[in-house]
Amino acid sequence: MHKDLLRLMRAERSVRRHLAVTLAAAVLAGLLVLVQAELLAGVLSGRFTAVALGGVAAVVAARALLAWTQGVFAGHTATAVKSALRRRLLARLQELGPGRLTSHRSGELVTLTGHGLNGLDAYLTGYLPSMAVAGVVPLAVLVRLFAADLSSAVIVLVTLPLIPVFGALVGMTTKAVTERQFHALARLGGHFLDVVRGLPTLRAFGRARHQATVIKQVADAHRAATMRTLRVAFLSALVLELCASLSLALVAVPIGLRLLGGSLDLTTALLVLLLAPEAYLPLRAMGTRFHASMEGVAAADAAFAVLDEAAAEQPRGTRAPERSGAPEIRLEHVTVRYPGRDVPALRDVSLTIAPGERVALVGESGGGKSTLLHLVMGFVTPSEGRVLVDGVDLRELDPAAWRSHLAFVPQRPHLFATSVADNIRLGAPGASLGDVRRAAESAHAAGFVDELPQGFDTVLGERGANLSAGQRQRVALARAFCRPGASVLLLDEPTARLDGRSEAAVVSATAELAEGRTAVVVAHRPAMIALADRVVRVQDGRVVSDTGAGDRAAAPLEGGRR
Amino acid sequence: MNRRTGVRLLWAVLAGAAADLAGLGLIAAAAWLITRAAQQPPLAALSVAIVATRAFATGKGVFRYTERLTGHDVALRAQAGTRERLYEALIPPQQPRHGGADLLSRMVDDTEAVQDLLVRCLLPAAAAAVAGLAAVVAGLTLLPVAALVLVAGLVLAGVLLPAGTAAAARRWSARIAPARAALAGRVADLVHGSADLAAYGADDAALARALAADEELAALERRQARVHAAALAGGVLVQVLTVVAVVLLAQGAGVGSVGTAVLALTSLVAFEPVLPLAAAGERLAGILAALRRLREARSTPPAVTEPAAPAPKPEAPLTVEIDDLVVRHTPRHGETATPGRDGEAAARPALDGVSLRLTPGKRVAVVGPSGAGKSTLLAALMRLVEPESGAIRVNGVDLGELSGDDVRTLMTGLTQDPYVFRTTVRDNLRLAGPDADDERLLRAVRDARLDAWVERTGWDAELGEDATTVSGGQLQRLALARALLYDPPVLLLDEPAEALDEETADRLMADLLDVTRHRTTLLVTHRLKGLESVDEIVVLDEGRVIQRGRHDDLVSAPGYYRDLWESEALTRA
Repeated sequence: MHKDLLRLMRAERSVRRHLAVTLAAAVLAGLLVLVQAELLAGVLSGRFTAVALGGVAAVVAARALLAWTQGVFAGHTATAVKSALRRRLLARLQELGPGRLTSHRSGELVTLTGHGLNGLDAYLTGYLPSMAVAGVVPLAVLVRLFAADLSSAVIVLVTLPLIPVFGALVGMTTKAVTERQFHALARLGGHFLDVVRGLPTLRAFGRARHQATVIKQVADAHRAATMRTLRVAFLSALVLELCASLSLALVAVPIGLRLLGGSLDLTTALLVLLLAPEAYLPLRAMGTRFHASMEGVAAADAAFAVLDEAAAEQPRGTRAPERSGAPEIRLEHVTVRYPGRDVPALRDVSLTIAPGERVALVGESGGGKSTLLHLVMGFVTPSEGRVLVDGVDLRELDPAAWRSHLAFVPQRPHLFATSVADNIRLGAPGASLGDVRRAAESAHAAGFVDELPQGFDTVLGERGANLSAGQRQRVALARAFCRPGASVLLLDEPTARLDGRSEAAVVSATAELAEGRTAVVVAHRPAMIALADRVVRVQDGRVVSDTGAGDRAAAPLEGGRR
Repeated sequence: MNRRTGVRLLWAVLAGAAADLAGLGLIAAAAWLITRAAQQPPLAALSVAIVATRAFATGKGVFRYTERLTGHDVALRAQAGTRERLYEALIPPQQPRHGGADLLSRMVDDTEAVQDLLVRCLLPAAAAAVAGLAAVVAGLTLLPVAALVLVAGLVLAGVLLPAGTAAAARRWSARIAPARAALAGRVADLVHGSADLAAYGADDAALARALAADEELAALERRQARVHAAALAGGVLVQVLTVVAVVLLAQGAGVGSVGTAVLALTSLVAFEPVLPLAAAGERLAGILAALRRLREARSTPPAVTEPAAPAPKPEAPLTVEIDDLVVRHTPRHGETATPGRDGEAAARPALDGVSLRLTPGKRVAVVGPSGAGKSTLLAALMRLVEPESGAIRVNGVDLGELSGDDVRTLMTGLTQDPYVFRTTVRDNLRLAGPDADDERLLRAVRDARLDAWVERTGWDAELGEDATTVSGGQLQRLALARALLYDPPVLLLDEPAEALDEETADRLMADLLDVTRHRTTLLVTHRLKGLESVDEIVVLDEGRVIQRGRHDDLVSAPGYYRDLWESEALTRA
């Protein structure tokens, strides 16, 4: 039983109800088998007339109804649990925010939240009900058997625990063997994918055909190793099967002999024969379901690992920025450390950006430029030092209120699978189509957008798949233009990966956009750097030089000049 | 499937059928034993039934064990065969696929469908059929009309019901798959677009959209569960109603208590292997889809046509002439349905009239923005793509007249996205020189400036696994070492300094230009430092040569090269 999952199911009211119905239906259906056996035994022995078959039919109808109920409610339970987990995971993603999300393996999170949780179906719809049945039905069968025929009941009572005991014993011994082989198995099993992925490399060195024979050899080795493991693993199934069927024989033969002696009536004998297998069946069913549900358990573990991860929750500020014009942004001895990394991303950086100033951040990638932008947006918080906006610590400001003053164009803008217009009005949901068009024109994007099949209403592919890198960049710029109220412009290498023509368009659009705003631009290309009043070089997390037009260049910065 | 696999499969089916039959026999013998005993015959009349009961009980377990082992063995063999065929089909160069790595993993996962098909669908179905048949035959000897009822019940539960669930699963997966994709898309938006959303205050709306997609998917899944539940209920209903009908008929026909009991219990148990087939039917839809995808992958035509009678391989030294080469990436078969993604690329050629001449010992560098066609040029030289027009000639022989494998022994090297295999450092290098001795390996490693790392990691360290991961820089140097070890007559290098830190990249490029002196080399790069020493620099943009010449000439004229040179100088400072 998965503890975290159980807690989650208790906490969600709809899940609790659906699960209760599912389990009740499963158990009731299991108990009805007893009634069915009773009636059948009576009919077959001739004690009941054929009319009792009507009773059997009624019981069956009830069982079918219960099976249906169980299936439907199990479906409800599964979807409710998955939705609840998804809701919590997504809320957690939002809490983590863009700054810390990057340090997570984001692809893994997407898979887990999307497909990974589907593994829970087998656990919730199969294993859990089978567990409930296994807990109740064998006991009920035993009670009925004790009432019917003591000696048979004793045989079942003695052999029944053998199933879990042998199951555990075989499981323990096979576990050791399986674990020993697991590494080898995983390696051999992964070989094919490895080779297929590396095929272009093999082709380049003329080794592709040779590998075909290697694949064959490895497949043979893999099969041999798997079969060795399975030979042991299936032993548990063999033992369980033997336990159940031999017990039936153990019950049937003495009954036959006692019938012969006349010390037992036929109805009881048939009842015992029909009921005895029903004592073992739920336990075996549970065992089978258990294996199928392992994947789901792993998914649940992964989900709860993300949820339980200690979040260094910081109280969010509530103050709104004081004025709406371009603010002064000041970094005071700021150091930023990302969790799990030894070297800080920024080290003791002090920097003042005056209202309306245009600053180009240059330096090698990985030097801390993007972190600086994220710092200003409040995606990351300083480990030491502080960021001041018009003299107010950023931590005291309400992040949403502060960000409403910003326009941001990231290095790889994310376009959403909605219309171009909706992508552009991301930061201004109320913008009219006219506003959107004007923003697109300013960003030199209107031209290619008009050429799309449905113009601004064209729905983009996942992650803006049907646009080129340059076009995506310009849509992102249009987003910034569509926020006329923004007083601070933050651009992260807007012309990286663009060809010459696109670059020129983006540079002139950026120049327009920066008009009357504070602009911080991470830049590599000369055309973009030329826009700035001031060039700040960041290297290894430190500001190493700060040059620019006019008197500002004269004041060297504190912090780590090397 | 070859004959030996067929024989193994037959054994697995027989073992499975035997297990089911033993189950059937166990209950029939027990029923006979008990009802007959109630008539109090002499003990000797029961001895056979007693022995049979015990034998069937033992046999059931043993046969089941045998079935599972042989079944998995056959399935693994079949899977290996599928993989071999898939691999053979992938060997000829193919056009690059979208979602490359994911697609490959899915393809590899798909090969597991063969195993599922055998173990979870075909074997149980065959065994169930045999057991059902046996029960019917037993019924025929006792009461033919009851046997007919049993046949009807078994066909209903074992054929019609699974067919129904298979059809339903196909229909539902057609509706659920897009809903799943939509949810995955919304979640990806939240994760990958997290910065955009937060910066523009749109994160709450995006979260709401993801939750709405989740609710939509949940609603569909709940309705699918209803179908599943109905199949489950239907199976139970058919099973017991059949038994009721059999008992009624038997009693009406006056078969006697022994016969009735045997008939009734045999019918009841005959359904046991049959009922799980409904679930197998549900699986079948997914399995068949996977097999269809594999067939499609196998039937994808290769990107280049091999000549029927390849010309003999030209001998080094080689002169390579590229003459007015035009290459256009055509959208792959089946991808035309997604508009736009390839739209741009398909509209204009990746290479649009490129000419170039590589004489022995000459070194040419190709620079230009990403998407300019640099890698396509290398792909054309390695005969991985078919030119639309123009020609590449090696010592006067057209590339199209040579076998692709021969071309790649002449012109190869460090390709785009080099791959590290999950094997030792030594074997990762050796694939470029299977006969190379340790001394040659060491030299290649030294030339690629990888010696310190190899020393630290060890020649026999496993790469690619969790234990030893390879950084981008080391990967690049490993790939370079392979290229140097292979030592082709024309060395192709695609962005050798990609993903290296500044200092190492500078050192590597310097060493590289040193090692390749007097070697015929085509170098694709985005770093201009050191290019003073190459014989010619070609600047590509949108598939055309926009500038060419030596470094000194190019930096003195305005244009892309000078811009890039200046910006490089600026960021270096």
